[in-house]
Amino acid sequence: MSHRLASGGRIDRAKRLQFQFDGRSFTGHAGDTLASALIANGVRLVGRSFKYHRPRGILTAGAEEPNALVGLRDGARREANMPMPAIELFDGLTAQSQNRWPSLDFDVLSINAKLARFMPAGFYYKTFMWPASFWEKFYEPMIRRAAGLGEASRDPDPDHYDAVHAHCDVLVVGSGAAGLSAARAAGEAGARVILCEQDFELGGGLLLDPRHEAWRADMIAALGAMPEVTIMPRSTVFGYYDHNVLGVIERVADHLPTPPQHVARQRYWTIRAREVVLATGAYERLIAFPENDTPGVMLAGAALSYVRRFAAAPGRRAVLFTNNDEAYDTAFAFLESGIDVAAIVDVRPVSARAETARLRGLNVLSGSVVAGVSGGKSVERVSVTKRNGSAPDIFSVDLLCMSGGHNPAIHLASQSQAKMEWSDAIASFVPGASKQRENSAGAARGSFGIPIAAREGAATGAAAATAAGFGAAVGFTLPDAETSPRTPIEAFWEVKAEGKSFIDFQNDVTGDDIRLAHREGYSHIEHAKRYTTHTMATDQGKSGGLVGAALLAEARGETIPAVGVPTYRPFVTPITYGAIVGHAVGADFNPIRRTALHDWHLRNGATMMEAGLWMRPAFYAQAHEKGDIWAPILREAKAVRQAVGICDVSTLGKIDVQGRDAAMFLDRLYTNTFSTLAVGKARYGLMLREDGIVFDDGTTSRIADDRFFMTTTTGNAARVLEHMEFYAQTIWPELDVQFCTISDQWAGMSIAGPQSRKTIEKIVQGLDLGNEAVPFMGVADATVANCPVRVFRISFSGELAYEIATPAGYAEPVWEAVLAAGKEFGITPYGLEALGLLRIEKGHVAGPELGGHTTARDLGLERMIKKRGDYIGRVLAERPGLADPDRPRLVGLRPVDSSKPARAGGHLIETPGSSQSLGWVTSSNQSVELGGWIALAMLSRAEHWMGKRLYAAFPLRKEMVEVEVTHPHHVDHENVRVRT
Amino acid sequence: MHQIKCPWCGIRDEAEFSYRGDATVQRPAPDSGIDAFNDFIYTRANPRGWHVEWWHHVAGCRQHVKVVRHTMTHEIHATGKATDKLEAPSS
Repeated sequence: MSHRLASGGRIDRAKRLQFQFDGRSFTGHAGDTLASALIANGVRLVGRSFKYHRPRGILTAGAEEPNALVGLRDGARREANMPMPAIELFDGLTAQSQNRWPSLDFDVLSINAKLARFMPAGFYYKTFMWPASFWEKFYEPMIRRAAGLGEASRDPDPDHYDAVHAHCDVLVVGSGAAGLSAARAAGEAGARVILCEQDFELGGGLLLDPRHEAWRADMIAALGAMPEVTIMPRSTVFGYYDHNVLGVIERVADHLPTPPQHVARQRYWTIRAREVVLATGAYERLIAFPENDTPGVMLAGAALSYVRRFAAAPGRRAVLFTNNDEAYDTAFAFLESGIDVAAIVDVRPVSARAETARLRGLNVLSGSVVAGVSGGKSVERVSVTKRNGSAPDIFSVDLLCMSGGHNPAIHLASQSQAKMEWSDAIASFVPGASKQRENSAGAARGSFGIPIAAREGAATGAAAATAAGFGAAVGFTLPDAETSPRTPIEAFWEVKAEGKSFIDFQNDVTGDDIRLAHREGYSHIEHAKRYTTHTMATDQGKSGGLVGAALLAEARGETIPAVGVPTYRPFVTPITYGAIVGHAVGADFNPIRRTALHDWHLRNGATMMEAGLWMRPAFYAQAHEKGDIWAPILREAKAVRQAVGICDVSTLGKIDVQGRDAAMFLDRLYTNTFSTLAVGKARYGLMLREDGIVFDDGTTSRIADDRFFMTTTTGNAARVLEHMEFYAQTIWPELDVQFCTISDQWAGMSIAGPQSRKTIEKIVQGLDLGNEAVPFMGVADATVANCPVRVFRISFSGELAYEIATPAGYAEPVWEAVLAAGKEFGITPYGLEALGLLRIEKGHVAGPELGGHTTARDLGLERMIKKRGDYIGRVLAERPGLADPDRPRLVGLRPVDSSKPARAGGHLIETPGSSQSLGWVTSSNQSVELGGWIALAMLSRAEHWMGKRLYAAFPLRKEMVEVEVTHPHHVDHENVRVRT
Repeated sequence: MHQIKCPWCGIRDEAEFSYRGDATVQRPAPDSGIDAFNDFIYTRANPRGWHVEWWHHVAGCRQHVKVVRHTMTHEIHATGKATDKLEAPSS
């Protein structure tokens, strides 16, 4: 490990860790990141770029890393595109480089680099078009294989993620000098404080200078002693939302090989804060010059971090290229640790720090630039010239540190809707006036340096506490102000020289690409961004975004603030989907709703199926029927037609409607009239949307003058209730009507078939069930097995039938009583499949016919439309397009060869080969009444086609079935059975 | 993530509500004709600025709350019951 410095750094030299990168074994230390450990091991080549497959090295020391992206871990926990400097090293870590084959060192697709001149930004808008047939056969599969970076695991995520919510008075983002000061000031004023830090160590820039270690430790101890202050390390604040809500990802266990049992891998925090202090620091930016992406070219601040924090030397002999004073810290740190500084290249003609450097024996070339780098897979030579291009000098070095300046990390401030303002003093954007209750402090607002950051943080934290209603802070010592003179930065973006000068390393975007976008007319920053894909990768252009904007401004002849930067949106750094989803995975994706009879169904052999959120029995297969789905379905349906069946219909929506104006309200909800309904009777009701389209149907019963028991379809229960609440509360608030859902309070069962009356007569007490006593559509209360029930004589199947509703707790005893009574008649439980078969035979419309685009007339329900009185949907149902007599209407279909199904979704055509659709098949099933297949369909000019033959075409399955058009009611068209 | 003051339940999180659109549109009189009803269903001002709108407190009291909200800044100026008369601020 010849690149590990003998002393210094914050690593624990006593704790050695073993890890693997691309199959090679290495040693690191606790406190290392994967990046620092590889640097200490002398590893340079860590990736291949996305488009050109150029060799790449580590550029930064943070999550903004664009080059060193790896696949971390193996198997189900494998994660792609992880930035090395943000990976905390743990024992047994394995990582693989990406986007190269067969190896990093020898990557076949690096041929792309030689074809680079044919693949500038946006080349794919002008290629892959000819010949047209090649798109599906060659281009698309080829692009698909080449696309993407890294490979995700295909196994289910074995970890779990928690969702947590918190409130606080002051949320402080960042734990550098500004953040620690803000948190302490607010905490000492008495506020509840949450301090979030994305790194595993607190301190930010303080970690780079041992002179500040004592102050840092003192601040952290003081914070730890305050019970109302919560410190969250390894926690990235990824987004700023409305009303001072911020989202945070806490990486609970990512620094461990696997999460401990019962511990979430990560937590997704939703934090609502009264006041926010953004102490997010600043990102260093690159300079564009030819071959600036060569491994061994690194940001100056990153090199400083590797040396000071991790005791890892990124090289042995360096050139520093800068336009600002801050980068000189790196040169001085190199001096102290024995790294040779061949030259400091400063674009500015004079600078105070250049003088200091010269006094310390360093070679400073003022008014100069780096004209190029050579070495290919590793920096070998750096060429330096004067700014006018003269007096070239070549340095043999293995490290080039560049610094184009620092950009305040304004992402969260921008997301909070604060406008950004240009600051000439730092040649970057700073946050402007706040729109939400937030303020930035320190480098995040352009104030660079530890002492000023600490001062601003303390003041901002105290102000935040005051705004949240807490008294002034007690006060604590701050680092001494700096006294040495400083020379301002000189804005400098690009060395104009031949070669590829990169501004976005992740997407391989060069300065020339920006100029190309402008020439092609994509001159708005948002267009240039999308044309070139500049800043569109996972780093969102943290290192080079502003450089691209500056080059675009130059091309347009305008100022940078006039051009602007693209809108910032969450997430500041990428987060894993698992954290967003939390526990809503697999069986927990949706809540599961079970009826009161659920356990009975399971005990009695039901095959359960999902119907929306509900679990319902599809059928009850008997032992000899296993493996044949149709056997139980046909048996159950036959039992209903020939004897008696019982079905759990508890999932139907039920609404209790009360009040003096209840009847008037129902008249306005339904197309038909309910104020004329007698007490003790039920009526089928049809409900439209205000746009005239059929919305829902159900049977509604009158329990008293001012009370109705309303039902809806299972799927629309919640929607109908909301529909009613909207109209009753906002449109007709003068009506005296109240209602609430009673869907879960009542269980319901349908007892259907010729023997249904004989069955329930045996057990229903307190009610005469004769045909005249409880006629078709009659309703009455009674008792079964000492349980209160309500009996409805209504039929969905078209057979003589009753529905029995009972409070949900009584469901099983009532159901069992009916089963016992029906045993002598061969009573058969039937499920959703038989229920569907029966209603299709009868020609009752349901979900497939009520698809959100059919009208009452389309469904043959015009007799339900009342002539007088207003109701929802009345007016717009008469729109010419909806009243058109040629619209598709409900018909029945009978395949000429009834052994062949006319599949639902098939189109009705006149002759095979016709491409004109006359309508479509909505519901299809076998018929126990007729034998063979039947269907329901919507057909234009239905009257004309009645009795004639058409074809039902399903081209996806190459099916063409000749059908005869019939009335939709295949069973008991005259409705004799239900009135028996 | 708005905080909305329900007049019945107090300050609640946006997640408890369902958004129901412009609260200033009136259902036309029954004999107003197709064009009036068409406007009622489909035509909206969709302003960049203050908006008087419905939020249905579905996970709470299930009352429709009238809210005056700025569509750009998401500032909530006032909330009230369905029958309250609420107006956008003059600015």
